[in-house]
Amino acid sequence: MDQCAKQHAIRVETLTKRYGTARSGEVTAVDGISFTVAAGSVTGLLGGNGAGKTTTISMLLGLLLPTSGTVEVLGVDMVRHRHAALPRMNFSSPYVELPHRLTVRENLTVYGHLYGLKGVKRRVEELAEHLELTRFLERPSGGLSAGQKTRVALAKALLNRPELLLLDEPTASLDPDTADWIRTYLERYRLESGATILLASHNMLEVERMCDDVLMMRQGRIVDRGSPSGLLARYGRTSLEDVFLDIARDRANGEDASRDDRREAADAAE
Amino acid sequence: MLPSDAAAMVHPNPAFSLRRVGAMVLRYWYLLRGSWPRFLELAYWPTMQMILWGYINQFMASSSAWVAQGAGVLVSAVLLWDVLFRGQLGVSVSFLEEMWSRNLGHLFVSPLRPGEWVAALFGMSLIRTVIGVVPAALLAIPLFGYSLFDLGLPLAGFFANLIVFGWSLGLVIVALILRYGMGAEGLAWIVVFMLAPVSAVYYPVSVLPGWLQWVALSLPSAHVFEGMRAILFDGTMRWDHLAWAVGLNALFMGLCTAAFLYSFHQARVRGALLQTGE
Repeated sequence: MDQCAKQHAIRVETLTKRYGTARSGEVTAVDGISFTVAAGSVTGLLGGNGAGKTTTISMLLGLLLPTSGTVEVLGVDMVRHRHAALPRMNFSSPYVELPHRLTVRENLTVYGHLYGLKGVKRRVEELAEHLELTRFLERPSGGLSAGQKTRVALAKALLNRPELLLLDEPTASLDPDTADWIRTYLERYRLESGATILLASHNMLEVERMCDDVLMMRQGRIVDRGSPSGLLARYGRTSLEDVFLDIARDRANGEDASRDDRREAADAAE
Repeated sequence: MLPSDAAAMVHPNPAFSLRRVGAMVLRYWYLLRGSWPRFLELAYWPTMQMILWGYINQFMASSSAWVAQGAGVLVSAVLLWDVLFRGQLGVSVSFLEEMWSRNLGHLFVSPLRPGEWVAALFGMSLIRTVIGVVPAALLAIPLFGYSLFDLGLPLAGFFANLIVFGWSLGLVIVALILRYGMGAEGLAWIVVFMLAPVSAVYYPVSVLPGWLQWVALSLPSAHVFEGMRAILFDGTMRWDHLAWAVGLNALFMGLCTAAFLYSFHQARVRGALLQTGE
């Protein structure tokens, strides 16, 4: 692994994703973005609906092939050799649930074997204990509450002790208490493992609390980046939510795109 | 725990891992054992078919010299036909389980490779076929005094060729659903029946019109059923039919694998792996 790969868990250069064809109408979901994510950092990926966050994460995971540009994760080219990186990373999203009819134990066991773990049973029980899931292990995953499902998804994402964790809105639709519990758990995991976390979130308090660095996306482009405190200072705001609104509404350039225009752009990208 | 410690806790990551294939078979087995109606359904249909055709066979044997010559020809035909049908359905239904649960996104951010997944679909198809067809074949012995196993060693060849052809059809259906989404789900239940008339399951290929005979003989299934009748009527093993079935199966499997891989690649281009589902 070269020095660059050691410093950067993620390196993206002029990454572009277009859907559709010239005849049926092309939509550019991600438009030539370049960024790096430092190893061991927690980086927030922010942007309104249709800004290109999920498309970017899908390309980082190798689930989606870019139209052009390069994606390097843990020093591995994700377009050509993603299987060299996948055992060292993991992903969690409340929008991609685990199979409902399998019990929590069955789901985690299957994924434990897929990640090639030694001692799958022990690891499943260890994670269940850490995430307070022991009494739900024999319950079907589909019958759990939103908070329990999020903890199960997190258990799946931590099975292989990933060096890189990609989280898509990890606390969406959770009550404040459960959300705080999840954040604390993730902070502790990062501290203990030195893992890198890339976090897509709409919760600005979460981003302020957890992230060292923030990437702001709008209409497929990275329009700003910096630490939460740096962004607050640059935009002269007291909350990241106001910074988000400034960027989403393009107020920094003295413009305020109409809501209809924004909606149209978001719909097109989705 | 540092990542270097974590690396010591996992097995090596080979290009093709039987461990991952086993994990996926386990996933489908968990699904199956978790629902006794599904388990029962596997054996129910082949058994009903066998009973129905068993009585037709008995009746026809008393009124048709052709059927009378080959003991249990219709029962053998329906049971072997079910091997093809269950083989295809085993691949398609296991795949559909992933679509229904929108699980493809999770599966393909894990180290699972498409080839390992396909191997698991085939493995599960074999298990489902055995669970479905073997009880019906065993029940035919006391009910009609006919044992499919009397076909002897060639039965293994017939079984292998039919299930492999079923897997090829299953792969094409997977490819079509990956390409066209759940709108193509219905194909999983009907495609194989399009081939039934030209597979010459219950009658010889020679009864078909000349041009249709060529179509029939381009399918491995027609060669298997011709081979089966040769044993039952003449007591001879037609190696030529078996060789044709093997050769055609290799061709179909190659084509269908190419269609699946192309479709899987296109799903990665379109982002369908994360989004596709009900």
